[in-house]
Amino acid sequence: MSLLEIKDLCISFGGLQAVQNFSMSVENNQLYGLIGPNGAGKTTVFNMLTGVYKPTSGSIVLDGVEIGGKSPMEISKCGIARTYQNIRLFSNMSVIDNVKVGLHNQIEYSTLSGIFRLPSYWKQEKLMNERAFELLKVFDLEHQSKNLSCNLPYGKQRKLEIVRALATNPKLLLLDEPAAGMNPNETAELMNTIKFIRDEFNIAILLIEHDMRLVSGICEQVAVLNFGSELTHGNTDEVLKDSRVITAYLGE
Amino acid sequence: MFLKAVRSSTKSKYSTYIMVIAFFSIAAILVEAGVLGSLFKGLLIPMCYYIILAVSLNLTVGILGELSLGHAGFMCIGAYVGGVFSILTKDVITSSLIRFPLALIIGGLVAGIFGVLIGIPILRLNGDYLAIVTLAFGEIIKKLVQNFYFIKDVNGLHFSFANSIDPSTIDDVSKKVILSGPMSISGIPKDANIFIGVILVLVTLFVIMNLVDSRAGRAFMSIRDNRIVAEGVGINITKYKLIVFAVSAFFAGVAGSLFAHFSTVDSTKFDYNLSIIILVFVVLGGIGNIRGSVIAAVALYALPELLRAFQSYRMLIYAIILIAAMILNNNEKFLRFKEQFTFKRLFKTKHAKEDA
Repeated sequence: MSLLEIKDLCISFGGLQAVQNFSMSVENNQLYGLIGPNGAGKTTVFNMLTGVYKPTSGSIVLDGVEIGGKSPMEISKCGIARTYQNIRLFSNMSVIDNVKVGLHNQIEYSTLSGIFRLPSYWKQEKLMNERAFELLKVFDLEHQSKNLSCNLPYGKQRKLEIVRALATNPKLLLLDEPAAGMNPNETAELMNTIKFIRDEFNIAILLIEHDMRLVSGICEQVAVLNFGSELTHGNTDEVLKDSRVITAYLGE
Repeated sequence: MFLKAVRSSTKSKYSTYIMVIAFFSIAAILVEAGVLGSLFKGLLIPMCYYIILAVSLNLTVGILGELSLGHAGFMCIGAYVGGVFSILTKDVITSSLIRFPLALIIGGLVAGIFGVLIGIPILRLNGDYLAIVTLAFGEIIKKLVQNFYFIKDVNGLHFSFANSIDPSTIDDVSKKVILSGPMSISGIPKDANIFIGVILVLVTLFVIMNLVDSRAGRAFMSIRDNRIVAEGVGINITKYKLIVFAVSAFFAGVAGSLFAHFSTVDSTKFDYNLSIIILVFVVLGGIGNIRGSVIAAVALYALPELLRAFQSYRMLIYAIILIAAMILNNNEKFLRFKEQFTFKRLFKTKHAKEDA
């Protein structure tokens, strides 16, 4: 059984059919690309997967659990984490606190034991610190742990957003245009990072991207959206050669 | 690494406690020694409840990031509930050492419950809308209290709005009017003293600073910084918002109860002016900066009283100082200048030398 199974997903805003009858399935440990021209509905699909929008019809099944229409909080607990097209960090909090917010549901203690500094506070807070540092170390951010996250350079902010998403211990990571605004060198580094995350954390990654070098470089499977419905899907090399895909991107 | 992080955050907490204790003990000693006049003595307890109000409002405004203009309403609830409790139990619990803390807690709890009740309908509001709703709430509480009648006799307790208690049901001999609409409550034992006031300030600081520096506190701040993302990483927005509303209202209620046992309770005092003044303390002390709220509450409360020598120019000077402080607080050059002369920096250079 696949990790993520989307069937006949539809959403309309008023009279606008933003996504129609979209289906796809992502396997465990797979790197999957979602591409398409601007306005095709890619981010809308992400928003339905994470519960920001409720689908008008269709089903989303993650690991055997129906998550379509659940709240973002519940979906995060089910195991989907995401990053955003425009970076969205908790900008007035330190780097490490951003990660700790991601660990919120992984390492828990009650609010009261936080106020009165009961033993569970010390124990869990220590665990949380260790785990957060481990994660930051993997992405080479541990020296900036006390900086405000808004003071990080752009590339590191993107990385931190990924760290925060990984801290929620997801089964599926959604990356929304991770290479946006990056130069070719940074993109090459990012490709390695994404592959590394997949292997190290043993999770599936679904990503939206316009940079075809990145998509053809790392994605095993690709689905193409155009005007809200699926154009085609399959192996990356075949899909990218498909004349319909080229037409959708470049026009007639 | 972890220990270092904990140490630095506890260090800043301890320095805040020490600052409060030092300030109030020096002030109390100077008052006892007669250096400071009786005028200043009368300012110490109000300082305590203004600190509690400012710190608890900072939790809502600075940490959760929701603008609330109804803090005086919660204080009003605490003042009336705590006051009425003390009047009713004056003959039952004779020791003020037991009665007064109970009055403080009950005043706080009832205000906290109202905090949650108000919180539920306004969960989905934020920014200006939330400010307007909380402002209206404060006014409603004031008006309700102004029209509330509460009489005790041998038959029990009688409540009513707008003076419609049927006089025939009341036994005149044992009749005791506790609340009678726009008239202020009288007969609250004046149990407040500076010692309890300072303890309350410390308890407030302990609870709120520990709360902010914990899992829940990070959840509050994540909601402030980006509500949608916070929900996306699995934060229960409803739960944490209600916790903030409850805790913030609880301490406003405690402050109100302290106030009721110190001076005369008059419902017109709890108007939106008071809410704005508390908000000014929070903004001037630094939004989200708990220690700043303490300093701002003390300084700005004492200032108009100490300016009495200027008589009618008093409020004018107060306003000018406020404007100057706001401008300076936003001036980058001044902030840099300030940074160069902080205690922290002085200590740091000293340590650096020792290390070398």
